[in-house]
Amino acid sequence: MDTNDSLRVASLWHSMHAISQQLSPTTGCSEIELLEANTFDLHCFQSLTGSKFFVVCKLGTQHMEALLKVVYELYTDYVLKNPFYEMKMPIRCEVFDINLTQTVQKDRVALLGR
Amino acid sequence: MQFFGGSEISPSPPVPTATGNNAHMMYVFNRNGVCLLYREWNRPLHTLNPQQDHKLMFGLLFSLKSLTAKMDPTNAEKGNLGIPQLPGLGCSFHSFRTNTYKLSFMETPSGIKFILVTNPRTGDLRETLKYIYNLYVEYVAKNPLYTPGTLIRCELFNTALDQYVRSIA
Repeated sequence: MDTNDSLRVASLWHSMHAISQQLSPTTGCSEIELLEANTFDLHCFQSLTGSKFFVVCKLGTQHMEALLKVVYELYTDYVLKNPFYEMKMPIRCEVFDINLTQTVQKDRVALLGR
Repeated sequence: MQFFGGSEISPSPPVPTATGNNAHMMYVFNRNGVCLLYREWNRPLHTLNPQQDHKLMFGLLFSLKSLTAKMDPTNAEKGNLGIPQLPGLGCSFHSFRTNTYKLSFMETPSGIKFILVTNPRTGDLRETLKYIYNLYVEYVAKNPLYTPGTLIRCELFNTALDQYVRSIA
């Protein structure tokens, strides 16, 4: 999926998020947390500032919310505290990528080891 | 997913998995976006008038299906966003959950879409929706007085549906 498609998907998600809040039968709806499809699950985490983090995983994977919170911490540490990072631009921080890969690897090992 | 075949006409209802309140509401759309049925059992908040609500719901599902087909990691050939997907083509989602509700979705090969909105702790409702589809087939599709593409006004269907949904919780 190239950058244009990612942008389209992101804007689509943002609008659907808003629509799903409108259609809620009760008050206090904040976000779509989980989307279950036939071949994958999509977990979403929204920070207090409105930044949305997604993870696409295999059906029935557990503890994705914890993973998303860890990714959010990494984001604040390596991206937001990076003086050369411009807000709203694509993230190109090597350290962030390395740590992200490491976290996902650790998660995968932990899951397979079970 | 098996829609045809099987010796039973109406399979036995699945074991109830939901806890807490009954279902909030239910929508049935046909392939053109016409809302064939809207049932409400528990909906404290109405944000929009019914027509807008139905259109918004249909649009949301259309976009979500398009997005899931695009984001499918197992499918190498991906269509463009915005192209209507035929029922059964591409990966489709079956439910999404927010912190206040869970929406379960099922599309039949004929393009009839069933949407059930319940409390967020509900389990997998795919079997439930299949059973509701069977109710639809029995009471609506086989009804000689019903014109396809119009609002469903079959009392028997409504009663059977209400009874069944009450038994889920």
